[in-house]
Amino acid sequence: MTNYHQYDVVVIGAGGAGLMAALYASKNASTAVLSKLYPTRSHTGTAQGGVGAALGNIEEDHAEWHTYDTVKGSDYLGDQDAIEFMCQEAIQAVYELEHMGLPFSRTPQGKIDQRPFGGHTNNVTGKPVPRACFAADRTGHMILQTLYQQCIKNNVTFFNEFHVLDVLIENGVAAGAVAVELATGELHVFHAKSVIFATGGHGRIWEITSNAYSFTGDGVAVTLRRGIPAEDMEFFQFHPTGIYRLGILITEGVRGEGGVLINDKGERFMEHYAPKVKDLASRDVVSRAMYLEMREGRGIGGKRYLYLDMRPETVNKYAALDGRKRPDGSPYVVTGEELLHKLPDIVDFNRTYLGIDPVSQMMPVQPTAHYAMGGIPTNKLGQVVIDEQNNVLPGLYAAGEVACVSVHGANRLGTNSLLDLIVFGKYAGLEAAQYANGVAFQSLPADPTEFTRQQIDAILQADGEEKAFEIGKEMKSVMFDEVGVFRTAEGMGHALEKVRELRERLKHVRKVDRGKVFNTELLNIWELGNLLELAEVTTVSALARNESRGGHAREDYPKRDDQNWLKHTLAWMQDGEIKLGYKPVVITKYPPKERVY
Amino acid sequence: MQVTLRIFRYNPEKDKKPYYDRFQIEADPTDRVLDLLEYVKGQFDGTLSFRRSCAHGICGSDAMRINGHNRLACKILVKELSRKITIEPILGMRVVKDLIVEMEPFFDSYRKVLPYLINDETPPKKERLQSPEARLRFDDTTKCILCACCTTSCPSFWASEEYVGPAAIVTAHRFIFDSRDQAGAERLRILSDQFGVYRCHTIFNCTVACPREIQITKAIGEVKKAIAIGKIE
Repeated sequence: MTNYHQYDVVVIGAGGAGLMAALYASKNASTAVLSKLYPTRSHTGTAQGGVGAALGNIEEDHAEWHTYDTVKGSDYLGDQDAIEFMCQEAIQAVYELEHMGLPFSRTPQGKIDQRPFGGHTNNVTGKPVPRACFAADRTGHMILQTLYQQCIKNNVTFFNEFHVLDVLIENGVAAGAVAVELATGELHVFHAKSVIFATGGHGRIWEITSNAYSFTGDGVAVTLRRGIPAEDMEFFQFHPTGIYRLGILITEGVRGEGGVLINDKGERFMEHYAPKVKDLASRDVVSRAMYLEMREGRGIGGKRYLYLDMRPETVNKYAALDGRKRPDGSPYVVTGEELLHKLPDIVDFNRTYLGIDPVSQMMPVQPTAHYAMGGIPTNKLGQVVIDEQNNVLPGLYAAGEVACVSVHGANRLGTNSLLDLIVFGKYAGLEAAQYANGVAFQSLPADPTEFTRQQIDAILQADGEEKAFEIGKEMKSVMFDEVGVFRTAEGMGHALEKVRELRERLKHVRKVDRGKVFNTELLNIWELGNLLELAEVTTVSALARNESRGGHAREDYPKRDDQNWLKHTLAWMQDGEIKLGYKPVVITKYPPKERVY
Repeated sequence: MQVTLRIFRYNPEKDKKPYYDRFQIEADPTDRVLDLLEYVKGQFDGTLSFRRSCAHGICGSDAMRINGHNRLACKILVKELSRKITIEPILGMRVVKDLIVEMEPFFDSYRKVLPYLINDETPPKKERLQSPEARLRFDDTTKCILCACCTTSCPSFWASEEYVGPAAIVTAHRFIFDSRDQAGAERLRILSDQFGVYRCHTIFNCTVACPREIQITKAIGEVKKAIAIGKIE
């Protein structure tokens, strides 16, 4: 067989989770990273505000507080054993990044600087606590660069621009993956003992999104097609502050530094929705408040956006009203220069895309599809679990946004995504290598690329009139309107019908490029197929959940219902039909109670 | 508004030599050039090939030559350009297909400068301390996204592909001036050879091209100075 490779561990995806997994796996086993992008292009690089860890460098803080905040942020759907593990590990993980060379911003004492973020609180006072460890407003960029640099230092093997289209599972055990090499169009078989998915999320389902073009849900789609369920897909986070119409992320760090949301009447409306933490409530809470404001006609000029105001005079006015202090006890007062220094990219995005200067002008923002809480079900060691009893599929791992541990439950706290990457990427890598060292290679199927070729051929054989571009637009539009911040059975029913129609229409796209070299048209259509499949799974999962919890807000079921719905959704794809099941939430120390900010 | 796109095309499986395609499209002044490319690909010609991912100037995938200047297609708006927009691959690299160039040589140069923190001392239990001033010393060069806009705008690089180029020097600078790093001397030695910093003739194309507004020529100057005086300050 040509284009055959053999490694103990194959990592799919080269963002934060994939690189961390690769670093740790490669210490103990032969490891290759397959990525459809050059590693430094990965979406981790766009994360801005910080990585959460209770270092207590600015104010008193504890991993236990971080744990409780994350449980509460998850609207009690997060598995508490995994959350506790992540928040305990966080501190050492952040120090490790610093030791690797990550250029964190520094306090006057030379320690890692920290800023407040939504939902992170002092558990005694209930006030925001600075827990987000940051490098200006490019923390994700610095994590991605630092991990890639460490991979170079440690001679990790990369197959850049290799797009994985299938995972091989033999006798119920992982056996490898199949990828297309973009530069040649050739298929490659990677025979492996362990396969780690770290392919990121699927925000491109929605019209307004902060997500990269490449966030097309490849990992979840590939595993679904091989009989593995997807967990909690109805929970997708809409970040409150995307640039109006473009969806580009404006970090919550802006509000951490004192910025506030303002409606058409000039009011700081979050005071009415979250009296204690106001603009620093959880993202689901803030996004809903924004929708309610806009529904009441208080969007700016009656339109579908609000203002995010970080002008120093505004920041200082509200900081004084809130009684916010510096660590030394002096009143919190900022200058434009300080904001420019701490948030340079935010200033740059506004200048570039809107022609405004956020130090002297307000930013038009709207909620933007941002983060998948759901994904491939795993346990806290990154092992993929495939049923209601959490049975493991040996040799298969997932980490990062593609995975659902679940540490984010129904709503992720800001800064916990970068934390998730480094903690669970590390453990997935360690576990995958350890497992590989104890087992032999599974034999490969007689024709390992068969299923991949079937998928490609189906696209190449299409000879219809449909444009994939239009199908994608229609999907994004209906999903943003009907399966977005607020949902109803009627709206979602309509979306489901539409998505099913679009899946059918995708089979009849017009003739596709048949070239071998960088056939991005073919692969984009394959990716759109993934998005449509995940849109359907998301909608079916959401339609079934007759309650409101975290990022899943049902207008027809406005209350959380712990009696019936304190459980994780599992969705299987069987013969083109979606089948749902459920498994219990792990609750250790924190019994569910009402969630108020 | 109506704009005319003139796009460099080359498909190694079909074309003996490159040519230009023209597309007349209706554009919004605030559209990104990337939006126009996506539109052309989606509506008119699916074979048009280019790299892109984040679409807001952070991932560094879509460096292109737009009206003769290196830009990220996602970070330049139609209103900043004339109504005729010429889009070509960045120069000095082998064209693979259309606007996609071979990036491996660029990353080879990056790897040459030891692009990772080197410090053999056992780290403390917590973070290593670094003053805000020491951190600020190399702040600018930590912004680099490895898009190659700088290197492929440099006449010295066009003249000699062995020149490590501005991007690699920016990366080296980021470590040389990091107070936690111990391999500055080794990096200065690497950059003082014939394909190192002395290929830079302060033409400033790199600084103009950088979508992250890094003061690249200044950074290269600081590395040159450190080599000259044998001291990192």
